[in-house]
Amino acid sequence: MALVLTEEQQLLRDTATQFFQERLPIANLRKLRDTNDATGFDREAWKEMADLGFAGIMISEKYGGTDFGPVGLGLVLEQAGRTLAASPLLSTVLLCGSAVQLAGNATQRQDILSAIAAGERVMALALEEGAHHNPTRIATKAVADGSSYRITGSKTFVLDGHVADQLIVVARTSGEENDRSGITLFLVDPKAEGVKITRTLMVDSRNAANIEFHNVAVPSSAVLGSVDGGNDVLEQVLDIARIGLSAEMLGLVQQTFDVTLAYLKERKQFGKVIGSFQALQHRMAVLFAEIELCRSVVLDGLSALEERRNDVPQIASITKARLSEISTLMTNEGLQMHGGMGMTDQFDVGLYMKRARVAAASFGDANFHRERYATLEGY
Amino acid sequence: MQMEALEKFRQETRAWLEENCPPSMRTPMPEEETVWGGRNAKFVNPDAKVWLDRMASRGWTAPTWPKEYGGGGLTKEENLVLQQELRRIKARPALSSFGIWMLGPALLEFANEEQKKEHLPKIVRGEIRWCQGYSEPGAGSDLAGLQTKCEDKGDHYLVNGQKIWTSYADKADWIFCLVRTDTTRKHDGISFLLFDMMSPGVEARPITMISGASPFCETFFTDVKVPKGNLVGELNKGWTIAKRLLQHEREMISGMGLGGVGAGGGIGSLEQVAKEYFGEENGKIASPSLRDHITRQKMDSKAFALTMQRSAEEAKAGQGPGAASSIFKYYGTELNKRRYELLLELMGTKALGWEGEGFTDGEINVTRSWLRSKGNSIEGGTSEVQLNVVSKRVLGLPD
Ligand SMILES: Cc1cc2nc3c(=O)[nH]c(=O)nc-3n(C[C@H](O)[C@H](O)[C@H](O)COP(=O)(O)OP(=O)(O)OC[C@H]3O[C@@H](n4cnc5c(N)ncnc54)[C@H](O)[C@@H]3O)c2cc1C
Ligand SMILES: Cc1cc2nc3c(=O)[nH]c(=O)nc-3n(C[C@H](O)[C@H](O)[C@H](O)COP(=O)(O)OP(=O)(O)OC[C@H]3O[C@@H](n4cnc5c(N)ncnc54)[C@H](O)[C@@H]3O)c2cc1C
Repeated sequence: MALVLTEEQQLLRDTATQFFQERLPIANLRKLRDTNDATGFDREAWKEMADLGFAGIMISEKYGGTDFGPVGLGLVLEQAGRTLAASPLLSTVLLCGSAVQLAGNATQRQDILSAIAAGERVMALALEEGAHHNPTRIATKAVADGSSYRITGSKTFVLDGHVADQLIVVARTSGEENDRSGITLFLVDPKAEGVKITRTLMVDSRNAANIEFHNVAVPSSAVLGSVDGGNDVLEQVLDIARIGLSAEMLGLVQQTFDVTLAYLKERKQFGKVIGSFQALQHRMAVLFAEIELCRSVVLDGLSALEERRNDVPQIASITKARLSEISTLMTNEGLQMHGGMGMTDQFDVGLYMKRARVAAASFGDANFHRERYATLEGY
Repeated sequence: MQMEALEKFRQETRAWLEENCPPSMRTPMPEEETVWGGRNAKFVNPDAKVWLDRMASRGWTAPTWPKEYGGGGLTKEENLVLQQELRRIKARPALSSFGIWMLGPALLEFANEEQKKEHLPKIVRGEIRWCQGYSEPGAGSDLAGLQTKCEDKGDHYLVNGQKIWTSYADKADWIFCLVRTDTTRKHDGISFLLFDMMSPGVEARPITMISGASPFCETFFTDVKVPKGNLVGELNKGWTIAKRLLQHEREMISGMGLGGVGAGGGIGSLEQVAKEYFGEENGKIASPSLRDHITRQKMDSKAFALTMQRSAEEAKAGQGPGAASSIFKYYGTELNKRRYELLLELMGTKALGWEGEGFTDGEINVTRSWLRSKGNSIEGGTSEVQLNVVSKRVLGLPD
């Protein structure tokens, strides 16, 4: 486990902490929400993040990235989680950047990776088709038509889908609806004819969209990776996203814990601070323990990616299952311990709870990952 | 360079173990073959004596203790290698001992030279078996409320009082005992005393546990004379030693959460047990609900193991034991109890036998170990007390 941070990583963490606290505090998310901001994140801040090297964190220096690797990315995401910072880190860097890195040809890499690293392109992965994460149940079809393909189908919960400059669409080129093989990834221009994008307003005030594809023509040069072999790439990309998102959730969980602990030391009832009541103390101690375990699995997940270990799928599922459950528990407990205050929009706890639920549902919740883990382990 | 030296140590260790660990000591150990040492040491399997003597001759029953006290003098890294090599050949522990787990580390830190020279080598060689005289009928969680009286009689101390839950008091040779030497102050009136259980006035009465075994005792002291040289540290300063020793004890108990120690007597992994006792369909455990319970248990065990590993790495990097270590006793024991409850669900009535026909030894062992596991969250400080410690010391919540 890469536990002791290198000097470079410490510096990165400090930079990230300062950036998110000062530039993208939680007030930023409230403002985006309350003004119905059309973009859903702060474009200028995103450019600054690129300048700090966050956008290119997984991208090699050859394409203008900083190549800090997964552990570095985890450090940044954890800090972003603490302030619920809205940014295209997840959609563009974790999902699409990884997909291009893993499956792109030389031209695609050159074009896309350098644009991502520079903060000049926002991308979105059009994957889900139903209410639950299911990366193999793909009904969206891509049919060969001479030297091009025609895509038809509808996608939902596409993160940053309504502002993306470019989409990666997961479509079926052969096989039945639930087959692992026969899935292909396509680079699609959202302005192409037949693409219809509708922004969906989610409870966490972050970006998502429904996208419909009506016989959308894409050239065969838009295939990312191999035809019919998209699932392999997709699984790797999703594991990166699961672990990365877990790092963000760790920040969210830790922040909720810290805020609640501070409230317990300050709020007085019955003539003393409520943090002196054992009924609350023990629950906080148990949460503390659960969060320590969260930190360990996140770090191990990030190290597994960095070291290209072959148990990445297992640790990704352990990590995402744990963070999904504990973020639910922590935000519920945090709200409860704030009493009536917890129910107000003015207090941040509610915002953390809303984000926690959306994050839990992204790329598989705890149920999905326990099921997956058991299957991976052969029982 | 350091890596090379370590690799050389691994090769030598491997060769030595290959030569010196008797084959019968590389098989799963039934509970009753545990080697506790002591004056009346029992070796159900004669190879166990050979194995103990060989390991002790190298100081490897206490690998990191200094050589001058009979220990192995190994660095942490070398010990890690030794433990890996022992696990590799599935070697049984040569010696199980409160002396090694709890008393020794405390003596190394707090005892005078004479006491270390006297007691440590005998612990290493398994010649003297120790028991722990902490709890009393009126002082359990509130340990510092203990009342066992110790008076200074000039050339000796005189001890009167009662301990309870003293594990193996009826089998141990010596006791490390907390006694009250000042009745006017609570924590600052406690001293740490060592004495021989053969001393006149000591009586241990076994108590039967829910598991049927009688490992712990009521222990009575009536005018027990103890030489003054047997006081460890200063008079009335025993609480510091007592607490440190408890840390070692809790570390030892925490390890159970990993499902290592007594994890059902070689009964197999949870999924194997499920497939055997419940059956499978298309390679999956036939009950989706049990399958899910198993996954929860496996995931939490993995997360806990990683946390212990992380804490060890932090300590090595000089960042101190870290706040994480405060949760180990609580989390590890609760996890171990859950594991046994799950084994019961997986095995159904086969894990509910008591003795005799109709059950394998392994099955009976699960029943008994399940019952014994309930004590994990009580002994060495209850789960509630652990949570109090975390909320007060780590989280800084007030009384
Ligand atoms: C939706 C809603 C509607 C409401 N409507 C009304 C209304 O119409 N009229 C009205 O008068 N009030 C109303 N209330 C207020 C409600 O009664 C209080 O919120 C409630 O009594 C808790 O008080 P508090 O918010 O000050 O929390 P606090 O008392 O500050 O409690 C904070 C936390 O500490 C815990 N705690 C406090 N004391 C102890 C203790 N001794 N031991 C252990 N834990 C403790 C609490 O359980 C809670 O988790 C409403 C509240 C809500 C959420
Ligand atoms: C298998 C086993 C082996 C043992 N071996 C030894 C041994 O070798 N030597 C030895 O000295 N002792 C030994 N003990 C004793 C053990 O240390 C005590 O049982 C333990 O410290 C609890 O004390 P108690 O039994 O008096 O319970 P109590 O202290 O009476 O506790 C009863 C219940 O109240 C709870 N409680 C108490 N105080 C608080 C509080 N402040 N806040 C919240 N809840 C609280 C406890 O958590 C527990 O659930 C052993 C115990 C067991 C079960």
